[in-house]
Amino acid sequence: MEVSSRGMMTRRALLASVAGAASLIASGPVLSATKLATKARIVIAGAGAAGLSAASRLSQKLDGADIVLIDARKEHYYQPGFTLIAAGLQPKSYSISLTRDYLPAGVRLVEDSVAAFEPEQSRVRTAGGETIGYDFLIVATGLSLDYAAIEGMDTALIGRDGIGSVYAGPEAAEATGRLMAQFAETGGVGLFHRPATEMKCAGAPLKYTFLTDDRLRSTGMRDRSELIYAAQNKVLFSVPIVSEKVRMLFEDRGVKVRHDHVMTAIDPGRKIATFKTPSGPQQIGFDFVNVVPPMRAPQAVRASALAWQTGPFAADGWMEVDMHTLRHKRFANVFGVGDVAGVPKGKTAASVKWQVPVAVDHLVASLAGTTSTAHYNGYTSCPLITAVGRAMLVEFDYENNLTPSFPGVIAPLEELWVSWVMKKVALKPTYIAMLRGQA
Amino acid sequence: MKDLDPLVFVAVFQEMLGILFWPLVAFVVLGAVALLAVLIRDRGLESRRLVRAEALGILGGFAAIALMLWVTASNPRDLLGGPIDWLVTLAIWIAGAFGTTIFLYVMQSLLSARVRTVPGERDRVHTFKAAE
Repeated sequence: MEVSSRGMMTRRALLASVAGAASLIASGPVLSATKLATKARIVIAGAGAAGLSAASRLSQKLDGADIVLIDARKEHYYQPGFTLIAAGLQPKSYSISLTRDYLPAGVRLVEDSVAAFEPEQSRVRTAGGETIGYDFLIVATGLSLDYAAIEGMDTALIGRDGIGSVYAGPEAAEATGRLMAQFAETGGVGLFHRPATEMKCAGAPLKYTFLTDDRLRSTGMRDRSELIYAAQNKVLFSVPIVSEKVRMLFEDRGVKVRHDHVMTAIDPGRKIATFKTPSGPQQIGFDFVNVVPPMRAPQAVRASALAWQTGPFAADGWMEVDMHTLRHKRFANVFGVGDVAGVPKGKTAASVKWQVPVAVDHLVASLAGTTSTAHYNGYTSCPLITAVGRAMLVEFDYENNLTPSFPGVIAPLEELWVSWVMKKVALKPTYIAMLRGQA
Repeated sequence: MKDLDPLVFVAVFQEMLGILFWPLVAFVVLGAVALLAVLIRDRGLESRRLVRAEALGILGGFAAIALMLWVTASNPRDLLGGPIDWLVTLAIWIAGAFGTTIFLYVMQSLLSARVRTVPGERDRVHTFKAAE
């Protein structure tokens, strides 16, 4: 018999380790051992990425709290998927699910929108006429796409007359994808730009320029096309080192760059876009354009005392929160997370992933009568797609530092397949796990 | 991704694989247990089965890469982005080759009768001992 007592020990050890691993997996993520008992009334305005993940984390940490989540839309959109849909790589269903699928136990969903914030009275009013009081409020309303600010532009135009826009929803993204596919067959002038306001994922307009370039190359029409990127200021990205890299890549791909161009009008019939520039209005003709509308805080936030009163975030009504704690600077029982927060960087799902735990930690500490040291440093990330199959995993903070998760392994400014693989297969599962408070 | 929690990986893999997650975990665990069982039963590795399994395992490695390319809508030239891409590609190949080899070895072992090393046949059937 060759299986000696040593062999038996090995087997036992192996079986024990298998059993241990199985129990680890079966236990699932356990994020809080003890819950804080409280009768606090907590209102979360908005059931997007920030609102849902805040609801999940609060329900994990609190026992007995009355948590109300307010959002009129039944569907939940996975917005980071819009670019892939508009590139023809996913159907629109890729981005659509139901808010109720992620609703944590014990959280009440009010299918209405907040019409007015009244922080002085610690209450909100809904469009349906309901008044809901709170002890703590988390504002996660996202932002408003101000298409009307571009003269002649209307979301009804998306998908015809060469006008695409990735942002208006899954249908718009899919319609934009169809237009881009047609453009790739005919060639012509492809026009890309971004607004002068703060915006969701500032890398998205760049990605879409690269994706269109890639599609034209695959159809053999790149030589018969001209791609123009009209930047709103003198850089291509707010982080200087990334901006410089994109400049090099655009040069390599033959994308022509115009600086200090802010789109003010679009003429669908003549296929001409007008830009405000330091030397006066400039017109650029297009065969295909990805319109990125100006973005502002939702009207209810802008009209309330929650908005910044002065400074760079006041004009568009972003919420006046502390950039490191996400707590409102004037209303201590109010937090602002996600796109609506008036902070210097990042309106992305990655920002949400790191903002929400910080805000929730401070809120729970307030309920417990303690203080939290949780601190958000502005971390955000952008898998900057540079072609189908390649991306740069760009991560940075408030100070424009690159903050790579895998330093020395995944180079942030290299066009890598692994970065693309993360975007394609790992980001949505991570996002969904985040909504459930598990990531 | 400031602090990487292994449990986050489990949650993410559960979301990634959906209903396939637990069947795949069960498949991997059963495969490992079955390999252990046949190693004990046969008192070692049987070289012919192993060579056959390894030969097809080479193809399994390439199949794993092809699967990843298909899932990620990528082109083989994308694998050459940088050194980490080469390493990840190699890791995928090794995982595919290993998995295929183990699966085929176990299947052959389970489907065939127990190897008996009778006198006179030792030249035909070689056994490697599990432990000396």
